[in-house]
Amino acid sequence: MAEFTIRNLTFRYDDHVALQDVSLDIPANEITVIFGPAHAGKSTLLRCLNRLNDLIETEAIRREGQVLLDGNDIYAPKVDVTELRRRVGMVFAVPIPLPLSIYDNVIYGLRMQGETRATRLAERVERSLRQAALWDEVKDRLGEPAMQLSGGQQQRLCVARTLALEPEVVLLDNPTSGLDPLSTAKVEDSLRQLKAEYTIVFVPHSVQQAARVADSAIFLLNGQLIEAGAGERIFTRPRDQRTEDYVTGRFG
Amino acid sequence: MSRQTSQKVAFAILTVLAIVVMVPIVLVVAYIIFQGIGAINWEFLTSFPRNGMKEGGILPAVIGTVLLTFGTAIASIPLAVGAAIYLAEYARDTWLTRGIRLAIINLAGIPSVVYGLFGLGLFVLFLGLGTSIVAGSLTLGLMTLPVVISTAEEALLTVPQRFRVVSRSLGASRWQTIRQVVLPNALPGILTGVILGLERAAGETAPILFTVAAFYLPQLPRSPLDQTMALPYHLYVIATQVPGMPLQIQYGTALVLLVLVLSLNVVATVIRSRYRRRRQW
Repeated sequence: MAEFTIRNLTFRYDDHVALQDVSLDIPANEITVIFGPAHAGKSTLLRCLNRLNDLIETEAIRREGQVLLDGNDIYAPKVDVTELRRRVGMVFAVPIPLPLSIYDNVIYGLRMQGETRATRLAERVERSLRQAALWDEVKDRLGEPAMQLSGGQQQRLCVARTLALEPEVVLLDNPTSGLDPLSTAKVEDSLRQLKAEYTIVFVPHSVQQAARVADSAIFLLNGQLIEAGAGERIFTRPRDQRTEDYVTGRFG
Repeated sequence: MSRQTSQKVAFAILTVLAIVVMVPIVLVVAYIIFQGIGAINWEFLTSFPRNGMKEGGILPAVIGTVLLTFGTAIASIPLAVGAAIYLAEYARDTWLTRGIRLAIINLAGIPSVVYGLFGLGLFVLFLGLGTSIVAGSLTLGLMTLPVVISTAEEALLTVPQRFRVVSRSLGASRWQTIRQVVLPNALPGILTGVILGLERAAGETAPILFTVAAFYLPQLPRSPLDQTMALPYHLYVIATQVPGMPLQIQYGTALVLLVLVLSLNVVATVIRSRYRRRRQW
């Protein structure tokens, strides 16, 4: 259970300003939704939280401002980034199983951290797969290649893989974009149960999905934070005209 | 001519060209088999040459080529795979990396005899290794570097970027990602490149001419600092330097060399097709 505090975050790469002076709070044990039209900066913002933007292969990256996890700046010089990424896990828009078995996928992060005890690993595998609502479907075939699962199952596997590390924050970047309505509902249900143990930051597929799951919501437009507030209120009584226009579908 | 007709004509021409391409290979192999198969027998493959090479076998040359191939592998693989990993996974687009790539391209264009002379100057004379298996392997290794680096780098780049991103997002370091995800999935491709490079090295004459090859040795090499006989050089010698050399023995030697090299090719192809079938992405 951890909270993020973002102060005046500006993020530029290759002369493109992805985020401009963004400040917001992400409270613990809530589902915070970051929504907005395409290229608003939502994924960039998410990737600042687990420093995945460090992997961008260009010299021209400029970052200003602070990103604080439980009060500590994650961009401070001595920060252990691999530990950060254990604490702040991520699920991507497209399910990306590694070319390994289901079991090996789930324990991958743990193995990288140095965990080798077979009993420990087996425990975590079962627990995470249950949390991701996938255990019953795969418990008899953990040794099979993960890529043989269906799209929805693969995505739940990716969730389990992230949860196996026992993170404090889970970032989900449009995780249901390629999924059928049933799988989407399963993922949304899992999130509601997971927020009891984790802080969740979620980029939705649609405004409707945002309204379904958000405890608090943040509206981004062209890299700027337009409005932030409680989920209920932002979708029913938005204060900014642009928020209202987007929520009601006048643009998007 | 209607569109249908011109399409048929084009397809027919392309088919003919494809068949034409196969003809020289088939002809070469068939001719060598035809001329040389008579010389192949157990004695030929397992005994030393006698009577000025005109009788006996080619065992020391075969052993020598095998040893040199192993030596080339040891000399080139670590350096080549390491360079490929650096270029594919670590290097940013700087003047240094561009310089390295330019150097590799140039290395590939150097004539093999120049490699031989270079090997003579550096390994045999300057480093004092003398004409030896070590000097020959180092020279051949240098020659195969560009081929192996290129194919290895390509194999690494074929591994989808999304696997690396996922691995990093799960807390793996860059090197862990390379070791656990990238390398294992690139290995078949790297192996194919290595085998093709070794195949070329096994058949080269010029680089070993000044650095290791001997005309005749009465026994097999006992240390890496010994000279050795080798098939390509042996073939050159018996085809040009020995008067009255039976034609069948020459072609028999050529056949053995051909079979050795082609079997490496077969191994590479088998690895490639098994890998393609088993690949999950």
